[in-house]
Amino acid sequence: MVNEIDLRGIIEQVLKEMNLSDSSASEIIKEAQTRISAATVIEDGCLPDVTEVDIRKQYLVENPVNRDAYYELKQYAPCRLGIGKAGARYKTDPSLQFRAAHSAAQDAVFSDVDQSFIDNMGFFTVQTLCDSKDIYLTRPDLGKKLNEEGIKTVLEKCRKNPTVQIYVSDGLSSAAVAANVADVLPGIMQGLKSYGIDVGTPFFCKYGRVGAMDHISELTGATVTCVLIGERPGLITAQSMSAYIAYKATVGMPEARRTVVSNIHKEGTIPAEAGAHISEIIKTILENKASGTDLKL
Amino acid sequence: MILKTKLFGHTYEFKSLREVMAKANEEKSGDKLAGIAAESAEERVAAKVVLSHITLEELRNNPAVPYEEDEVTRIIQDDVNDTIYNEFKNMTVAQFREWILDIRTDGAMISRASRGITSEIVAAVCKLMSNLDLIYAAKKIRVTAHCNTTIGLPGTFSSRLQPNHTTDDIKGVMASAMEGFSLGCGDAVLGLNPVDDTVENVSRILKNFDEFKNKWEIPTQISVLAHVTTQMEAIDKFNAPVDLMFQSIAGSQKGNEAFGITTRMLQEGRDLMLKRGTSTGPNVMYFETGQGSELSSEAHNGWDQVTMEARCYGLAKRYQPYLVNTVVGFIGPEYLYDSKQIIRAGLEDHFMGKLTGIPMGCDACYTNHMKADQNDVENLAALLVAAGCNYVMGVPQGDDCMLMYQCTGYHEAAALRETFGLRPIREFDLWLEKMGFSENGKLTPLAGDASVFLKK
Repeated sequence: MVNEIDLRGIIEQVLKEMNLSDSSASEIIKEAQTRISAATVIEDGCLPDVTEVDIRKQYLVENPVNRDAYYELKQYAPCRLGIGKAGARYKTDPSLQFRAAHSAAQDAVFSDVDQSFIDNMGFFTVQTLCDSKDIYLTRPDLGKKLNEEGIKTVLEKCRKNPTVQIYVSDGLSSAAVAANVADVLPGIMQGLKSYGIDVGTPFFCKYGRVGAMDHISELTGATVTCVLIGERPGLITAQSMSAYIAYKATVGMPEARRTVVSNIHKEGTIPAEAGAHISEIIKTILENKASGTDLKL
Repeated sequence: MILKTKLFGHTYEFKSLREVMAKANEEKSGDKLAGIAAESAEERVAAKVVLSHITLEELRNNPAVPYEEDEVTRIIQDDVNDTIYNEFKNMTVAQFREWILDIRTDGAMISRASRGITSEIVAAVCKLMSNLDLIYAAKKIRVTAHCNTTIGLPGTFSSRLQPNHTTDDIKGVMASAMEGFSLGCGDAVLGLNPVDDTVENVSRILKNFDEFKNKWEIPTQISVLAHVTTQMEAIDKFNAPVDLMFQSIAGSQKGNEAFGITTRMLQEGRDLMLKRGTSTGPNVMYFETGQGSELSSEAHNGWDQVTMEARCYGLAKRYQPYLVNTVVGFIGPEYLYDSKQIIRAGLEDHFMGKLTGIPMGCDACYTNHMKADQNDVENLAALLVAAGCNYVMGVPQGDDCMLMYQCTGYHEAAALRETFGLRPIREFDLWLEKMGFSENGKLTPLAGDASVFLKK
């Protein structure tokens, strides 16, 4: 975009070429300047982040009959209340907040985990039978089996028959993996180490459903398999992760045999604390030789 | 029954009516997941051509699940009026479609035909309808029902107030209910999906709803959408005030088993409502359905999701419900992939419900792993109003914090009513005016101020 000073120069040049008198020229310049500055001046500054608004504290109803009483009551609800209206529609701020939350949820589902993140964690990657996100989303059956190359890689690179096999999978939220794994995984490793429980080689599984852990369990021969996987995002958070843990998982076993720690994110189960919790559960599973509904925690 | 046709000189031959019915569907990811969808756009049209020549009698004689094996089939078949059926049985699906669309055929005539057809017939004609056909035909059909008030009357459009909460905290639930009512939402029902499906919790919420309804003299009905057996126990043990008894239903016996129900339970639920329920009736039941639920519980018997959905409506009709709605985008992209498929399914389900003869609403919704957004459900809601739909849902700004999905918001019913010149149910409309929330069918400046209910 042309800035104001450049523009002034250009106009002056043009007027000079037109041989106008100085006074009329300066008037024209002034006039043009007013119009231009009203339309195009870009100021410094940054608008507030709409995603940082606390929806419990936001109260947009104009002249409410009893503000304090409703404000207090709405503290008990996590939903979008006290948002007022514009005609029979939404005010602009809450509708933009909603759109922002949904955009984060969509991006979490439809984008991939960054390769640099996978590298930094020191993971190698295997893939399920899904070739793309679209297939992953529409064919849950294919997301439960590794592809040929994935099988080969796991057999080659993973230590055989570990007590515990942990791996990470994108699931329905890449954002959840990126936000939590670096805090949760070391916590689990440390916890298991302190219990003297040996852990196999961790890796990353792309386009994985929870059920892929059964296939992986059969390949590694692990006693306990644990997957850290992204949950389907809601509008409150797109960063929620779960840990599914199973004792001697096999393909086709009942879903009820999985133990789950869900809601791992910074406003749910705190990632830094989740690691210790999960390692404790794994220890209990090993002691009882059972997981899921077979195990009374 | 001829199952073979040519398209562009290429011959398409189908092995069974089941295959024709599946392949004649508009594209749905769920039919693909089931491995029964048309393999090309041309094959889809070929199946539609074949289906257009099938007679209604052939459809009745080929139920999705055999009569002997399935109680849903038995209910649908046993409830057919033979006199009416005999008038229609020789029609082909093409002829039946044109009869429904004909200017000389009015709503009353279609409602009469409803008593003489099975769900497979309903599904078949739906498959030959375009989206505007579905709107045009459904618009003719009015199905009203009475619980405490009458839903579905011409000139009205209603909404369910759905004040769901992550922990069922009663203060939070009521905060949400107040805001919904203040925006003109809730003439269909004040209905909560509980997190905790225990008898104690369900009774507690029902009592709070009942108290609020009575205190403010709101002409509507209340419901807590727990399992049917939980609600029955709540009535039995705690005298819980239930206006509408709810249950999710499926289109096959096996599908219902996955929901933990039998048709006997539904009958017992209704009988108990007529004996002990708090509402006027006679329509005291509320059902929810949704394409794909049978496949997800492997209870579809190889049939497509549109046909299985139609069978839910055939089952629902037995219990003379006040409300039935499809939860059209809740199940995920493996059944309905994107907004195009959700919108199609919403219009299909609404039409099929009306043609079955039940008072139909729709939860126009989507999850965050679908290719759909709020604009899409607003589109669908507007199309449904055009089609004469009885009601949609209302949650705070369309965001259900408990079910983790998005649907239509508290503001939508009011906006749609104003846009299309419709009103809430008459008694509720008068109540809104009395409260100062609306005037001549339009929201007032006071609307949306939930603190009115907290006035000292």
